[in-house]
Amino acid sequence: RQLCFAWGPAEVLVCETLFGRKGGFPSRDEGGPGRALLPGTLTGCVAGTEDGRPSSSRLFVVRKDQDIYIQTLRKLFNESHGIFIGLQRSEEELVEKSRKAHLVQVSKNYRSVIRACMEDMHQAAMAARDPALQSQYSTQVSILSAMELIWNLCEILFVEAAAAGPLLLRLLDWVRLHICDVDNMVREVLSSENPSKHELFWNVVDVFVLQGRMDEARHLLSKEASANPTSVNMYKILDELMKKMPVPSLSNTQTLTEMELKWQHWHEECQRYLQDGTFASNSHMESICKILLGDEDAILEKKELMTTWYHFLVTRLLYSHPTVKPMELRFYAQACMDLFLGGESSPESLDTILMAAFEFEMHQVIKECSIALSNWWFVAHLTDLLDHCKLLQSHNLYFGSNMREFLLLEYASGLFSHHSLWQLGVDYFDHCPEYGRVYLELHIERIPLNTEQKALKVLRICEQRQMHEQVRSICKIMAMKALRNNRLGSALSWSIRAKDAAFATLISDRFLKDYCERGCFSDLDLIDNLGPSMLLSDRLTFLGKYREFHRLYGEKRFSEAAKLLLMLMTAHIAPCSFWMTLLTDALPLLEQKEVIFSAEQTYELMRCLEDLTAGKTDKQKFQDDDDETMKVEMLRLALARNLARVIVKEGTLEGS
Amino acid sequence: QDNRISIWSVGDLGNVSLNGEYQGEPQLLCDIRHNGDVMDMQFLDQERIVVASSTGTVTVFRHHQNNQTLSANQRWEKAHYHVDQYTSCGGAACTGVICNNPEIVTVGEDGRINLFKADHKDAVRTIDNADSSTLHAVTFLRATEILTVNSIGQLKIWDLRQQRNEPSQIFSLTGDRVPLHCVDRHPNKQHIVATGGQDGMLSIWDIRQGTMPVSLLNAHEAEMWEVHFHPSNPDHLFTCSEDGSLWHWDTSTDISEKPSFLHQAGNSTTYFSHNTINQSEISAWLSNDPTKDRMEITNLIPNQTLSVNSLDVLGPCLVYGTDAEAIYVNRHLFA
Repeated sequence: RQLCFAWGPAEVLVCETLFGRKGGFPSRDEGGPGRALLPGTLTGCVAGTEDGRPSSSRLFVVRKDQDIYIQTLRKLFNESHGIFIGLQRSEEELVEKSRKAHLVQVSKNYRSVIRACMEDMHQAAMAARDPALQSQYSTQVSILSAMELIWNLCEILFVEAAAAGPLLLRLLDWVRLHICDVDNMVREVLSSENPSKHELFWNVVDVFVLQGRMDEARHLLSKEASANPTSVNMYKILDELMKKMPVPSLSNTQTLTEMELKWQHWHEECQRYLQDGTFASNSHMESICKILLGDEDAILEKKELMTTWYHFLVTRLLYSHPTVKPMELRFYAQACMDLFLGGESSPESLDTILMAAFEFEMHQVIKECSIALSNWWFVAHLTDLLDHCKLLQSHNLYFGSNMREFLLLEYASGLFSHHSLWQLGVDYFDHCPEYGRVYLELHIERIPLNTEQKALKVLRICEQRQMHEQVRSICKIMAMKALRNNRLGSALSWSIRAKDAAFATLISDRFLKDYCERGCFSDLDLIDNLGPSMLLSDRLTFLGKYREFHRLYGEKRFSEAAKLLLMLMTAHIAPCSFWMTLLTDALPLLEQKEVIFSAEQTYELMRCLEDLTAGKTDKQKFQDDDDETMKVEMLRLALARNLARVIVKEGTLEGS
Repeated sequence: QDNRISIWSVGDLGNVSLNGEYQGEPQLLCDIRHNGDVMDMQFLDQERIVVASSTGTVTVFRHHQNNQTLSANQRWEKAHYHVDQYTSCGGAACTGVICNNPEIVTVGEDGRINLFKADHKDAVRTIDNADSSTLHAVTFLRATEILTVNSIGQLKIWDLRQQRNEPSQIFSLTGDRVPLHCVDRHPNKQHIVATGGQDGMLSIWDIRQGTMPVSLLNAHEAEMWEVHFHPSNPDHLFTCSEDGSLWHWDTSTDISEKPSFLHQAGNSTTYFSHNTINQSEISAWLSNDPTKDRMEITNLIPNQTLSVNSLDVLGPCLVYGTDAEAIYVNRHLFA
């Protein structure tokens, strides 16, 4: 079995060849669902052309960046492009102090775009009637959700670089935002008439406690207390404990040490109550107290309510090390993941990515994401942001550009395979200092130009970046197309844009050829109104002037016409091949009743005629048909007659 | 490619918030697939929209308001095409359409002008090879006359009553024959015409006199795609461009400086000074010198990125669309 392939602008064509074998061959089918996330997915197959053999050969079209074509992701690409450009532009103006705040805002903007896209995708999934489409959308929603989860964590740890204290608060927010599996349950209990009697009541209280939502937990507990007078005392104590729990503050009202001290006291108080058996009669409350004490087993019991190991991690940190430092996270993270998964299941790609983040291994995060995700959008933008945070300086890849640039180039190249999103790609290439320009030059020439407006947009991009080669090349393509469609004015317009003298000459020759064949000019509106563009090429100038000659003749301004005609030959504006025609045009002027050409001019004309005929060899003269020789003879005669008349006229005294 | 014609509704019609500022996002009411790029479109009447396609087809869509759907009502295939089907290189896009119910005029890359009538199967009139270059835009000058602009910088008037296939008048730019991309006529004063060029220049023409523009205003840094006079406030003009900006030109300043007005009116002076003039008759657009505190020009887009391809304005509403696949609506233009 052998494979042959051919590279296209955005795709690779692959087919099997059966060198030396007869008969059919089973074709390889598309990658199964599990491979949907690979960058180079086999996207489809086209039945191969028949070559007479009974075998069925198939042609595969391998296209990377399939995601570019997902309709609902377009918003993501467009909006993030705007944010990206804003970030690059604001780079110059950023002051050190507000820099971090600005970068955090940018990060939040990216995340809100991801969420908006998720929302749209979700709506689309619900509205879709085709089950395959629906499942595709749902998959996309979960991928986007995972992306947002990872980005959010990176924002907390890397962009904001939250310090011990606020770090925990941010992580709590993070968990609350992303663990939505329990939302339904919470809603159900809260909206029921008698929440405390609901079978899931204690689950919801536990959820609140696990997520550090103390106020909500206390509120629910109060309902229980009022319904159950016997446990009022227990409730009061627990409520008090929950109320007094010290949490890190975002403002500078207390230092870390102060907080730690307070926390230590509080912890001991909880311990006392537990050991006194205060909560012994109510297992639920007892377990809550244990959770407050950070008892690992107690927290692990609520595995179902936490659903993920990182929730477990944050809860544990909240109740055992609220002042955790960023660099300490890795130890807790690894331990928590091992405990939570407990050897039953192995970590998935999302888990490894998050773990890498907790370990502050940025490059690992990016690498894992590149592998797991099916397009470059996420890693390109995240890496760019991290680069702006000046966190990625050290690594340089072997071929000169750094990781940020590499990812941006890959992402933008993917955009260029799309018939419309390529415009976004241009700006990305602009911000890749090493290879951006080269990539742009290569890609921009391959955009299909099906309308003039599209060609104009591409041209504008090239001109703004001084890509003269590409301008010339594109204008030539458009001019050639116009010429083939007999749109001479359009063709001229394109040559003017490119300042392409050679093409202008080509167009003028075409006009002149038409004139010679038909005896009149086509497209007079163009030739009569050439204006300064006439100077673009000699041939074009000649065309314009020649037409002017005809106009002057038509308006009976003979002496001006005569002067112009002569000038066309003597100034060598006219091509030699046309001189005969010009001289023939002079004939009627020579034959006029009134003498038009002066002696000087007549001599010039004669000289031109001689130059023309002298240039021909004897053999050519022999081949000239009668018409040619007769024309020359007539001209000679007319010139001689004119000369005679003009000598007499000029020799005569004017006046009286 | 999946191109669609869509109808959106903007803002809650019954729900005005306290300060009247907040507007909800535009809601998509209905859409329909369209073959080829949408090059231009215009409402024919309350329900019908005429759309020009890059395939050279002109389609009339009907918007059914009772059940919020769109349907294709009528189609003229190959309204624009290149002559020789066998040697032709690709199709010819229909670049501009203008309506004056029931008449529809279209122009295209093939230099052809078509006059259609709604509900009539064939074209009423076709002028083949009306122009040797691409016709970029068309608008009505009077009920029987149209204005076209082309890619060699010419503005032409065509009289549709006449049978000959020649323009009745040709105007061109001075200097370089920069392609003209858009044209609009002053709503009240039919002799004032504005055009936008490939170099972003705004030209104002007085078509009663001369063959050259009255004023040339250096505006955008790239192609000006559309120019529109405000239909009810014609002292206001709007232009949008490939460079991503949308400019609002405002000449509604107090015209109390009477004497200076006549001095500055350039080549219009010779014309006007011979008549007793009512000050309010002279339009500020024909003044040659916009820098003398006569015109206020504002860029309505704060963070420009990609091209603004199209705009439209009616009453206090301005709507425009960009290459970043976004539509913007401003409902308080003169606030």
